[in-house]
Amino acid sequence: MAGELVLLDFWPSPFGMRSRIALAEKGIPYEYREEDLRNKSDLLLQMNPVHKKIPVLIHNGKPVCESVIQVQYIDEVWHDKAPLIPSDPYQRAVARFWVDFIDKKIYELGSKIWKTKGEEQANAKKEFIECLKLLEGELGDKTYFGGESLGYVDVALVPFYSWFYAYEKCGDFSIEAECPKMIAWVKRCMQKESVAKSLPDQEKVYEFILQLKKVFGSE
Amino acid sequence: MAEEVVLLDFWPSPFGMRSRIALAEKGIKYEHKEEDLRNKSALLLQMNPVHKKIPVLIHNGKPVCESLIQVQYIDEVWHDKAPLLPSDPYQKATARFWADYVDKKIYEVGGRVWKTKGEKQATAKKELIETLKLLEKELGDKPYFGGESLGYVDVAFIPFYSWFYALEKCGNFSIEAECPKLIAWAKRCMQKESVAKSLPDQQKVYDFILEMKKHFGIE
Repeated sequence: MAGELVLLDFWPSPFGMRSRIALAEKGIPYEYREEDLRNKSDLLLQMNPVHKKIPVLIHNGKPVCESVIQVQYIDEVWHDKAPLIPSDPYQRAVARFWVDFIDKKIYELGSKIWKTKGEEQANAKKEFIECLKLLEGELGDKTYFGGESLGYVDVALVPFYSWFYAYEKCGDFSIEAECPKMIAWVKRCMQKESVAKSLPDQEKVYEFILQLKKVFGSE
Repeated sequence: MAEEVVLLDFWPSPFGMRSRIALAEKGIKYEHKEEDLRNKSALLLQMNPVHKKIPVLIHNGKPVCESLIQVQYIDEVWHDKAPLLPSDPYQKATARFWADYVDKKIYEVGGRVWKTKGEKQATAKKELIETLKLLEKELGDKPYFGGESLGYVDVAFIPFYSWFYALEKCGNFSIEAECPKLIAWAKRCMQKESVAKSLPDQQKVYDFILEMKKHFGIE
């Protein structure tokens, strides 16, 4: 069932990190290929002609696009180890709901925090914290969103932790002060090798954001 | 298996239609509750506190939110009849990709067709046709996106057909002229009772859109 597995990715992408974590959790060897998004490879354009975006997971030459679809695919193909998605249909629907919530909210609000200033930024910060608090509520007293082990929601959310330092610096606020339970959960996740090895250094991400701010002309 | 299934819905919602079709395909009896979106019921607010949106599927008192999550849930719980998602992981990933594409594009672009005028509307019409042509290409020579029978992508997409007449009138163009294969597919779907009974009359949808335009002050 090994086959040839390639991940077209971009190091700061939280979406790429999701697939990195899922593959690492399952212990699946793969070839990681870094894309230059200002100069996309022919392979990327061929494998994701519709959106032309990373990450793309290529399994035996066939592409799987969209990070949450990749994570589900990885979980289904390599189902015998470290299951990420619950087997019960209702629990599955709940997990999917929260992943969808993360997809709808976290990236966009986080982006507003580093891209904007003044009132727009203040609103984005407020909403961002509200979303994290909602997620804290869903986590409750569990070790992970997946219960006793890392699950689908954990894999979908933890990548954004690598951007928290950048958000905090740009937005001049402390996420830990507002959402201590969330940071405690994050630190638990970061103790897992699959997560620690898949997330870039937060300082590196912050420098990357500063470069982007120059390019976008936002001061 | 005495089940209680309730669907909180709003008659013109393409998202609600998805769940209606899935339930009908499986022959599941349920209670359909029409919501007034200007006066949301206490039940809706209790069952979907995060988004406060329809549709909400309530199964034995437990809510499932987000239409695509509902369709997958329905397919998994009532798995013995009319399967909507393929069993092969790669085909499943492909189906999820196209349902995601429909979600990302059709509603928003279609919305711009009836909400805007002049150049913005011209751009929206062009984008809509490009999107529909891409879907036509994915359909190919198959009777349905699901192959020989209605599948996940068919269920995700066909509800928007009930809005086509409204979009054509508002945008002064013919979708059939540009995408004949797609309209042929839509008519094939409409021959199925599960679809025909789940979609509202196109003229009724157009009247609804005209009301909305008045309300939003769009001429």
